[in-house]
Amino acid sequence: MKQGIYTVKSNVKIANSVYKMELSGDTDGLTKSGQFINIMIEGMYLRRPISVCDCENGVITIIYKVVGKGTEAMAKMEIGKELDVLTDLGNGYDLSKAGDNPLLLGGGVGVPPLYLLAKKLIAEGKKVSVILGFNTKDEVFYEEEFKALGADVKVTTADGSYGIKGFVTDAMESGYSYFYTCGPEPMLKAIYKKADTSGQMSFEERMGCGFGACMGCSCKTVTGYKRICKDGPVLEKEEILWEV
Amino acid sequence: MGSMKVNLCGIELDNPLIPASGTFGYGYEFAEFYDINMLGTFSFKGTTKDARFGNPTPRIAECPMGMINAVGLQNPGVEKVISEELPKLKKCFDKKVMANVSGFSVEDYAYTCEKLDKCEQVGWLEVNVSCPNVHGGGMSFGTSPEAAAQVVKAVKEVTTKPVIIKLSPNVTDIVAIAKACEEAGADGISLINTMLGMRIDLKTKKPVIANKMGGFSGPAIFPVAVRMVYQVANAVKIPVVGMGGVSSAEDVIEMMLAGACAVEIGAANLVNPYVCRDIINELPSVMKKYNIENLSDIIGGVK
Repeated sequence: MKQGIYTVKSNVKIANSVYKMELSGDTDGLTKSGQFINIMIEGMYLRRPISVCDCENGVITIIYKVVGKGTEAMAKMEIGKELDVLTDLGNGYDLSKAGDNPLLLGGGVGVPPLYLLAKKLIAEGKKVSVILGFNTKDEVFYEEEFKALGADVKVTTADGSYGIKGFVTDAMESGYSYFYTCGPEPMLKAIYKKADTSGQMSFEERMGCGFGACMGCSCKTVTGYKRICKDGPVLEKEEILWEV
Repeated sequence: MGSMKVNLCGIELDNPLIPASGTFGYGYEFAEFYDINMLGTFSFKGTTKDARFGNPTPRIAECPMGMINAVGLQNPGVEKVISEELPKLKKCFDKKVMANVSGFSVEDYAYTCEKLDKCEQVGWLEVNVSCPNVHGGGMSFGTSPEAAAQVVKAVKEVTTKPVIIKLSPNVTDIVAIAKACEEAGADGISLINTMLGMRIDLKTKKPVIANKMGGFSGPAIFPVAVRMVYQVANAVKIPVVGMGGVSSAEDVIEMMLAGACAVEIGAANLVNPYVCRDIINELPSVMKKYNIENLSDIIGGVK
């Protein structure tokens, strides 16, 4: 974990209620995909944990959905605003298990962390396939960005207004070497059931601190109690215990 | 240059700063952020006889100037704390640590305290009496002077180190409970634990926290904490450790003026992991601003 002051470089709406923000500052500590940052927002007591979408040359890119007062305040932030941010949080994805042609599945604002992951996997020479799932057409984002990296991209929408009608699992075909995913829990459960390989899943939980101190986001796993913020957010498929 | 040194139940602290239980783990993880030897001491994660996972999630809710938590005393149990957590702490902390203990029966408290009392690294036992008494219909030990005194007596019988009783603010007369603890042999009082609170999600029309209610902490409760520390410090002769929403060097001084000889910092650690380091660094200049030579001189300075 590192604490630093970051400056808003850009903050634009890229889909319905979804914004992309670039923050400039120290990015030396941020090496893995699937990690997150924790942002202090004026007037809010707790920080807001947001996953890292991309990170290079002193710029962190995050994509967030406006869901409450904190993200509403973020959407109004102007260029040049300075933010107190904790970076380098969470374990991130382990790329060593990807195999030759990994499949990446993202749902809604679970899509962003897969972007840096895809970039890293492609840089390693992997053939990357991506399935991006959204509720409806006006919520779709980053299809072109993933294509520009060289990934094979499919988009699904629950209402069929764009791409393949249905959920990411409806576009899932056998033949991938490993899977990586991030998204809402019902999606993760569906992938867990359908996947025929091992894989890694990134979880969401309401957090207190974001760096392992408060035990606010603990979960039970096959290998014992884990904190989503520090021992996660990425868990291996084999260690997950779904709460019934 | 004045002094920040204070004395807590016979042990000298370099400064009055003590990260509060439940916000600092067993310390060693914060040692990755800064040298925790600069702290007065810290109170480690509430430890029970047996391991506990705690409550289901969500366990956290935000509030204006504060938060609610219902973690539910997640901890590995006293045996593992002694065999695994304390050795890890020893590598990065040279001072005596405050051992925070919880229990669900008088026997639980005595069992856990007796074990921790024997650990060389432990300087004080901080006994949290806010837990429900499973043999007393689930009522918290800390809500009745008799039940709190029972815990104190049982713990004092099997221990040698200073026993500090951490009181709940969710009571009608905190002074009566503090006095009962003092009479039963407590060496110190710490207060306040969190205040019982609740938030409701308007979209789902359900409580935000899975446990429905939880402990409210943060700057919002600071005035309540100052008031209760003042009341208790003026009613007992044993040392009082103040806590509840403390977030700055000014808050530390205010708490000490109210009667605290040392000050715990809780929720603020979760928002700024460096807050205790920052406060210790700022204290000398804030002391100078208010013409304070030695911090120990101001304890209970307000009448």
